[in-house]
Amino acid sequence: MSQSETKEKKGFSRRKFLVRSAVGVGVLFGAGYLSRPLWRRSLAGFANSVDAFYSGDTETPPLWFEILADNTITLLSPKVEMGQGTFTSLAQMAADELEVDINQLKVVHAPTSSGNIDGFSTGGSTSVASLWVPLRELAATMREMLKNEAAKMLGTEVSALTLQNGVISGNGKSLTYGEIAKDVESWEIPDVPPLKDRSAYKYIGQPVPRVDLRDKVIGAPIFGMDAQMPDMLYGSVVRPHLIGATFVSADTSAAENMPGVVKVVVEEDFVGVVAESYQQAENAKQAIKVTWETEKNWQLADIEAMVEVGKGDPVTIQKAGSPGSILSEADVITAEYRSPIGAHAQIEPNGAVAFVDSDRATVMISTQVVSITRKEVADRLGLDVEQVDIRPTYLGGGFGRRLHTPNAVQVALLSRAVGKPVKCFFNRKEEFQNDTFRPPTHNVLKARMDENGLIQAMEHNISSGDVMFGSALIPGIAGTLLGADVGAWRGGMIQYGKIPNYQAISWRVKLPFATSWWRSLGLLANTFAIESFMDELAIKAGKDPVQFRLDQIQDDEAGHRLREVIRAAADKAGWRDGVHNGRAMGFAASTDANTPCAHVVEVSVEGDQIKVHKVTCAIDPGLAVNPDQVRAQCEGSIIMGQSAVLYEKMTVEDGELRPVIYGPYRMALMRDAPKEIDVVILENADAPGAVGEPPMGPIGAAIANAVFRLTNKRLREMPLTL
Amino acid sequence: MQVSFNINGTPQRVEVEEHTPLLWVIRDILDLKGTKFGCGKAACGACTIHVDGEAVRSCSFPVQFAEGKNITTIEGLGTGDALHPVQQAWIEEVVPQCGYCQPGFMMATAAMLEKIPNPTDEDIDNNIVNVCRCATYYRMRKAIHRAAEIKSANL
Repeated sequence: MSQSETKEKKGFSRRKFLVRSAVGVGVLFGAGYLSRPLWRRSLAGFANSVDAFYSGDTETPPLWFEILADNTITLLSPKVEMGQGTFTSLAQMAADELEVDINQLKVVHAPTSSGNIDGFSTGGSTSVASLWVPLRELAATMREMLKNEAAKMLGTEVSALTLQNGVISGNGKSLTYGEIAKDVESWEIPDVPPLKDRSAYKYIGQPVPRVDLRDKVIGAPIFGMDAQMPDMLYGSVVRPHLIGATFVSADTSAAENMPGVVKVVVEEDFVGVVAESYQQAENAKQAIKVTWETEKNWQLADIEAMVEVGKGDPVTIQKAGSPGSILSEADVITAEYRSPIGAHAQIEPNGAVAFVDSDRATVMISTQVVSITRKEVADRLGLDVEQVDIRPTYLGGGFGRRLHTPNAVQVALLSRAVGKPVKCFFNRKEEFQNDTFRPPTHNVLKARMDENGLIQAMEHNISSGDVMFGSALIPGIAGTLLGADVGAWRGGMIQYGKIPNYQAISWRVKLPFATSWWRSLGLLANTFAIESFMDELAIKAGKDPVQFRLDQIQDDEAGHRLREVIRAAADKAGWRDGVHNGRAMGFAASTDANTPCAHVVEVSVEGDQIKVHKVTCAIDPGLAVNPDQVRAQCEGSIIMGQSAVLYEKMTVEDGELRPVIYGPYRMALMRDAPKEIDVVILENADAPGAVGEPPMGPIGAAIANAVFRLTNKRLREMPLTL
Repeated sequence: MQVSFNINGTPQRVEVEEHTPLLWVIRDILDLKGTKFGCGKAACGACTIHVDGEAVRSCSFPVQFAEGKNITTIEGLGTGDALHPVQQAWIEEVVPQCGYCQPGFMMATAAMLEKIPNPTDEDIDNNIVNVCRCATYYRMRKAIHRAAEIKSANL
């Protein structure tokens, strides 16, 4: 369905069956699947015919499914689709328990008015894992409810019914789910039935094509940028080009009379313009002269001087044994690594379409934080959250950039000022200069090995700008509770449990520009550091780097799973150390969000160019709901990681973040991508785990380790440069 | 000014300010949303269309140069309900992730295949220079080779 068609559905004549529940799914930090008794009560109360797109009451439980008369079922996803394939996995999970053909299911983004809002976000590689149990339980319960009603209608016992593709048969007759639902007056809510065994899955575990594949191949208008409303105008907001700039005042006189300008809008913290076309709004914006206040004319050297282990406040995030005393002895090996400021550079700019009409606001937007955006709009407009409907769209890339989308507030204010719908989005320069960047890092590692080449003690110090702290997602109190920035130290813990003494220490740097979540958070830089260092140690110890790692992994379940991916990657790649025919292999591994992943890369160096020819990846995400999309995520994560490791770098000059355009912000292109990517999927856990980010961990070190074999140069700074 | 052209086989005449990038005429006036805005500086390729069969980055193509031309966008790449071989190959290889840049890549690929029906990897590297942040390049390369096969089999 196109965005323009997602308008009010009030007055639909067909009758609908709704399953509603109060299941909480904001489980990033393990809040879990809550309140089943409450959910059952809610189902009982709301298994009635209600308009799908109107609910304005937070007391009502969320809407998950809608059965339509044509026997198709709409699944209102509380998670957004940003390329990670979540919609497809959710459809597979629901279809198996509902016993429908997957093509009967349509997955859509739940508007906030449906109530099915993820309280937290879509991010952290948690979508499928967090909905694995609740979604299947909801679907199974709905199936049983339909069977109970069908038995009555068909005049037979539930046990005598057969189900296929959403058709229930018994007593010589058949009814579709749609036919059953339309005639039910009140529903019996059964206990949650047992979920199916793996052997009974039809879709889960299969390489089902993406449910959004066709729309994305024909250019369907599914993104925030494509959204529109009737009688819509175009807005443009003046965004600061200087670091740390705050809005003081604006001279808008020249803009007021420019062609097409409807209104120049000056708010306390920004100035924008609304015009009849995008071009007119952009042109008028250029004519507005804004006075900014800045603290300092920042240069890159200022930033680099701040990001330094030893500066700021340390927090020990992991400790075993007595690493301190051993690392004060002789023969300690030390190395330090750095990573630069990284831009998200997602291709779809941030933006929204908003309409504020007296006491209601509607916003169509690409966002990973639906409920936070709703609250931000409501707070600024002085509305209750129930008066604000956020309609999420497909995202033209997320990568963490849309974990804070306060631009929705600006668009809503522009709309309120003109009383019409307004569409407003960033231009590319504004994207690059107002990003929430991947913070620069400095990692210092120390270790001491015994005479057998086993690590006796190891220490990892991480200095990083904020990732989680200061984010709209996390309340201010979290810093006090957690002590250190979980996002910054993601991937920073030492995972070789046989090392008797180790510690990891996080140092917080407060930078003058926004830094935040960037796909895999600290994993990219931290694993680059740790796994490069492990390679340095293996070479010092005169050992094969694969065996060197296997020797130091503990014997618990996590250790077993990590060892298995290491062995699988090495076997599949035909791992051998050294240079052969001008190419060398590089190895690295890490575990992220309980998903272990290992890469073997095959690299050559021509002049000063590092060329990645082949990547063999072994990953264990537990149960792979869609093995083809697990592969796709590995492929994308590997190349995006390679891009960050080899090419990408933002700099700071004269108070500005630069560059401001693709090209100068060099990213991986077709010519840079490995010609071969071989993904081995292991499934050494029963439930699905993280997929989208873990493969980004080992890529940097694997490449750097290969380059060392070819050149004898140890590259310890991203982007890797010869 | 008035500008007339054919787009996806249909004649159109638009009243628009001179120098307006063709992208915005296509998206906002003609309401064809498959052609995407990425950078506005011809640096990413998300807005790639065909003008008289040539791949063009429409964000930087002033509308007046479209006068009398035949324009094709992703919506008109296939024939009727039949998908173009490039689109078929994209489906077979399950290429898109977020999908935002994909129309631009498909348009660039379709134009290349008209000139180079059986591209080598090097041809692909030299001609397909759009940006995909999901980094679907590995599957795109496979899909481009596959599209060449489908296209030659159809001849």
